[in-house]
Amino acid sequence: MKAGIVVFPGINRERDMAIALELASGVKPRMIWHKETDLSGLDLVVIPGGFSYGDYLRCGAMAAQSPVMASIRAHAARGGHVLGVCNGFQILTEAGLLPGALLHNAGLRFLSMDCHLRVERADTDYTRQYQAGAVFRSPMAHGDGNYFADDATLDRLEGEGLVAFRYATPEGAIVPAANLNGSQRNIAGIYSANLRVLGLMPHPEDLVDPLMGGTDGKPLFDGIVAALAA
Amino acid sequence: MKAVVTVMLKAGVLDPQGKAIGHALGGLGFAGVGEVRVGKVIELELAETDPAAAKTAAEEMARKLLANTVIESFRVEVR
Repeated sequence: MKAGIVVFPGINRERDMAIALELASGVKPRMIWHKETDLSGLDLVVIPGGFSYGDYLRCGAMAAQSPVMASIRAHAARGGHVLGVCNGFQILTEAGLLPGALLHNAGLRFLSMDCHLRVERADTDYTRQYQAGAVFRSPMAHGDGNYFADDATLDRLEGEGLVAFRYATPEGAIVPAANLNGSQRNIAGIYSANLRVLGLMPHPEDLVDPLMGGTDGKPLFDGIVAALAA
Repeated sequence: MKAVVTVMLKAGVLDPQGKAIGHALGGLGFAGVGEVRVGKVIELELAETDPAAAKTAAEEMARKLLANTVIESFRVEVR
């Protein structure tokens, strides 16, 4: 499995992502500067977290217009896998690769803490090493993680099984108290229609080694590596 | 010409900044303030000299970049 990590100016989680991917695959991912356009040979393109272009205008708005994005669109159109985490999720929505948008957190505060995510389905390339309905812990760190889409889009996402993760209590209850950023229907992550593009706000890559305080996020990376190795 | 693009969150999209400002105004003793909404104003210096063409160009810029029409609406004024 060959993975590449896109690096925009202002991105700061690319090394965390590289650690998680290398731990799962044994292969160092390629770092892709935002001006590069050649993604040939890559199975998985990852857009990591950070503050691309200083979050100017809107989070992810500038990055969505950068040269590498045309190549990422083409990669996704070919059926390639794309994972966007945090700012990467915001960029994927701004680029139109995933529906909806990420608004300011409802409570206005930047949230840097652990959250719990419920795995909505376990039959995708990303979640095959979790059980459906499983809850795992993940760090999150964002000011604009409040997932918004109109009701028709939300109904379609739910109807087509494209909700990947929801904010939950440690016991798996989907309640407002677990939904700290105010996301519509507790949505923390969504898939594209072909289930190969995944965007999520929390950072499973930061919980992949006992030294980080846990390995709750590791099955996601083990899963995608196993899926793409086949 | 100058085009002024005003970008606002759509009705129905939560604006916590507006809510916080409204709350603070109440705290300062300003009575009778209803809903407060926060937006952006973007001024563009355009080489175009025809007002209609300038407006069309600015609207295209707003659709492509300045506003995210999933959550925001915009209006363009040419001066």
